[in-house]
Amino acid sequence: MTTTRIPRTTRGPVIEVSELHKAYGGRTVVDDVSFTVEEGEVFGILGPNGAGKTTTVECIEGLRVPDSGRIRVAGLDPVADQTEVTHVLGVQLQESALQAKLTVREALELYSSFYTRPLDWRPLAERLGLTAKLTTRFGKLSGGQKQRLFIALALIGSPRVVVLDELTTGLDPRARRDTWSLIEDVRDSGVAVLLVTHFMEEAQRLCNRIALIDKGKISALDTPAGLIGKSSTSTVISFTPSQPIDQEILAALPGLATIERQDARITLRGTEETVNAVISLLAQAHILTHQFRVTDATLDDAFLDLTEAS
Amino acid sequence: MTDQVTTIAPPAPAGGPSARSAVLRSEIRLYGRDISNVLLSIVFPPLLLVILGLVPSFREVNPDLDGLRVIDLYVPVVVLISLITAALLIFPPILTSYRELGILRRMSTTPVRPSTLLFTQMWLNGVMALVSAALCLFVGWLAFDVALPRQVFGYVLALLLAGAASLAIGALVAAVAKAARHATGIGVAVYFPALFCTGLWIPVRSMPEALGDVVEFTPFGAAANALGQAAAGDWPDWRFLVVLAAWAVVTSAAAIRWFRWE
Ligand SMILES: Nc1ncnc2c1ncn2[C@@H]1O[C@H](COP(=O)(O)OP(=O)(O)O)[C@@H](O)[C@H]1O
Ligand SMILES: [Mg+2]
Repeated sequence: MTTTRIPRTTRGPVIEVSELHKAYGGRTVVDDVSFTVEEGEVFGILGPNGAGKTTTVECIEGLRVPDSGRIRVAGLDPVADQTEVTHVLGVQLQESALQAKLTVREALELYSSFYTRPLDWRPLAERLGLTAKLTTRFGKLSGGQKQRLFIALALIGSPRVVVLDELTTGLDPRARRDTWSLIEDVRDSGVAVLLVTHFMEEAQRLCNRIALIDKGKISALDTPAGLIGKSSTSTVISFTPSQPIDQEILAALPGLATIERQDARITLRGTEETVNAVISLLAQAHILTHQFRVTDATLDDAFLDLTEAS
Repeated sequence: MTDQVTTIAPPAPAGGPSARSAVLRSEIRLYGRDISNVLLSIVFPPLLLVILGLVPSFREVNPDLDGLRVIDLYVPVVVLISLITAALLIFPPILTSYRELGILRRMSTTPVRPSTLLFTQMWLNGVMALVSAALCLFVGWLAFDVALPRQVFGYVLALLLAGAASLAIGALVAAVAKAARHATGIGVAVYFPALFCTGLWIPVRSMPEALGDVVEFTPFGAAANALGQAAAGDWPDWRFLVVLAAWAVVTSAAAIRWFRWE
């Protein structure tokens, strides 16, 4: 999968988080989290439910107060300078709704009245495919339409960076893909995106860099390709052999990380080295195979590998 | 994104008067879209007066009431019902649902403070209550020949203080209710004792002395007496106005203390 990524500018980070800590009732949920979001990039925070992703971004939005650590949004403190921060930071919250009887058009007009230099909402609605829905009430929109409206409201103040928290959770695959291309458009328009997700595929496709977060800690931070390369399982080999192969023989393969068997089919995760070893093993033992496949590991594999290791 | 999307609208001061009036316009529209709000706040109190006025004996001069008719006593009662219906039945669930739905939270990530929404709702419900109260006075005068308040300033002052106390109680209900349906439940639970205190079942002046003494310390009992006096042309007793002001101040402070934005 290739996505053109725009080069990072040299204007410096638009969001800086360093040594962020947050606990609820003595239970630490964000533990020493540090990262930066550069101007114009899509930065992903990827992790399972309850990892502390929402808590982290809500500290950036000024909705929660960190126990310790330093956060800057365009050089501003989200708690002390909350009003100034609202002009540079656009927000889509994980859980929020609008009044059920407010129409799309009214919501766009209302929110644009809040800002000093709002975008013209008409072309924005057009680009987000909301033009046909302008007179529809919020309560009557589909999940995907609501999320598109929330993207529009996050962008309407012409922010330098938007935070999108679990934007595509609960959407059907089609709507999810449509939303992805909208996020790419946002990035191409020069707005940095801080994307919170628990979908590997989403992070892999959209993000320039990803922080893997697990139990409140960042376990890895790199480009998607870097993360996959870093994990011990960069290659997946699967085949159905013409005759059974002993588990010990497989286990002895170099670079091997995991073996999975499903009926007669064998799936091995390992490295380039493993691939060569499997091929010579099969040739020497005169075993034929059915549907021999070698694929690159996905971020999914890397994620499991990196979080299990930590 | 195409460059047309980056078209910037003419600058306007953020979070300023234009944002506040946009919030007000939007809330008025939403209020009007909920027909039950309109029926309850504007139609119900005058309608109740009309129904009471249809009882023939209520339109006859009653020697026990210093030459007044029962319907004369009911006008201040329905005026107060206008206030408490808006403040206790309509206002709290709206506010709580705005918190429950995350609307207040979403707003705090914009240049406009979420308190704008709270105060807009307070004004809106206060104005609707006063419109309904005026309608009750008008219907009473037109249909049943009930004299308009003779001590106008005293009447308006008592009405405004009663409105402030009612809305403060409504805000307190919204503050302590965890969900909109709890706000409805608590609102109704406060509404019926409040109705009793206005004198809907027994006029405050005809209540047994011990009961009447207690009721006069509730905002609705105090308001009923103050409005009754002003309607008859006297300046309302300071005692009643002080009770109303004290309720308004204390419950506002409690609502501010306990209100949660999320
Ligand atoms: N307001 C809160 N009070 C107490 N615990 C909370 C609160 N918000 C979140 N948590 C807990 O903190 C942990 C991290 O939550 P969250 O940041 O929402 O995770 P994520 O967004 O990664 O799913 C979870 O275990 C959650 O139950
Ligand atoms: Mg979350």
